[in-house]
Amino acid sequence: MEVTIKEFKHCNMVSVTGRVDSATAPQFTQALDDQMDKGVFKLVVDMSALEYMSSAGFRALLAAQRNCKRYNRGEVFLAKVPDRIREALELAGFTELFKTFADPLEAVGNF
Amino acid sequence: MTALTFPAKFDYLDEIRDFVGDQARASGFNERDIYSIQLAADEAATNIIEHACDGIPEASFELTCDFKKDRLVITFFDHGKSFDPSKVAQPDIKADLSDRKIGGLGIFLMRKLMDEVRYEITPSGNLLTLVKRKG
Repeated sequence: MEVTIKEFKHCNMVSVTGRVDSATAPQFTQALDDQMDKGVFKLVVDMSALEYMSSAGFRALLAAQRNCKRYNRGEVFLAKVPDRIREALELAGFTELFKTFADPLEAVGNF
Repeated sequence: MTALTFPAKFDYLDEIRDFVGDQARASGFNERDIYSIQLAADEAATNIIEHACDGIPEASFELTCDFKKDRLVITFFDHGKSFDPSKVAQPDIKADLSDRKIGGLGIFLMRKLMDEVRYEITPSGNLLTLVKRKG
């Protein structure tokens, strides 16, 4: 699993590639925490190259969303969510907690 | 019957997913079901590692995965702590962001992804059985 960050005017994009499971979720969490520690609470999680995500990854997303939405300071958008991952997010009841976009740049533009 | 033993470490989740995924593919499941099977197995293994085998040095568990008649049967056998699944609260998937509890998500997903989930405490260890019927 790799995480790369791209900075935009109003938000940062966190692109996560590969697989997020209990082994790699700590790194994913760390990457999200790094952004919030820097005071960036408007985040686009770009999933275009994400192959797999288990509930460990969902937990990380939930924690980030709670933190970012606190005091109305920001939000986490999900972009280009692969079908299998979207289905699992739906099963877990997570899709209503996140705005999702088909295109990462469209997500960026929504901040 | 193909049986493997895995150390109770998250590093092996990749191999576990590959193992059940290959069996599912060879048994003719579609890609969506293969992913569901892999995810369920991951969640099961994660719970064993995180909870059952927590604090037990050099712990390991056994995994079997076989296609019988029209169903894939996956079993996990661990020698760690037992638990009572009925005592695990179901996550409220309608709760809003601040009320959403995260515990129990693994078990919840397993039950949604697989057709049968059975947990038995035996004298020699805990047996978890996951079954997926070919659609």
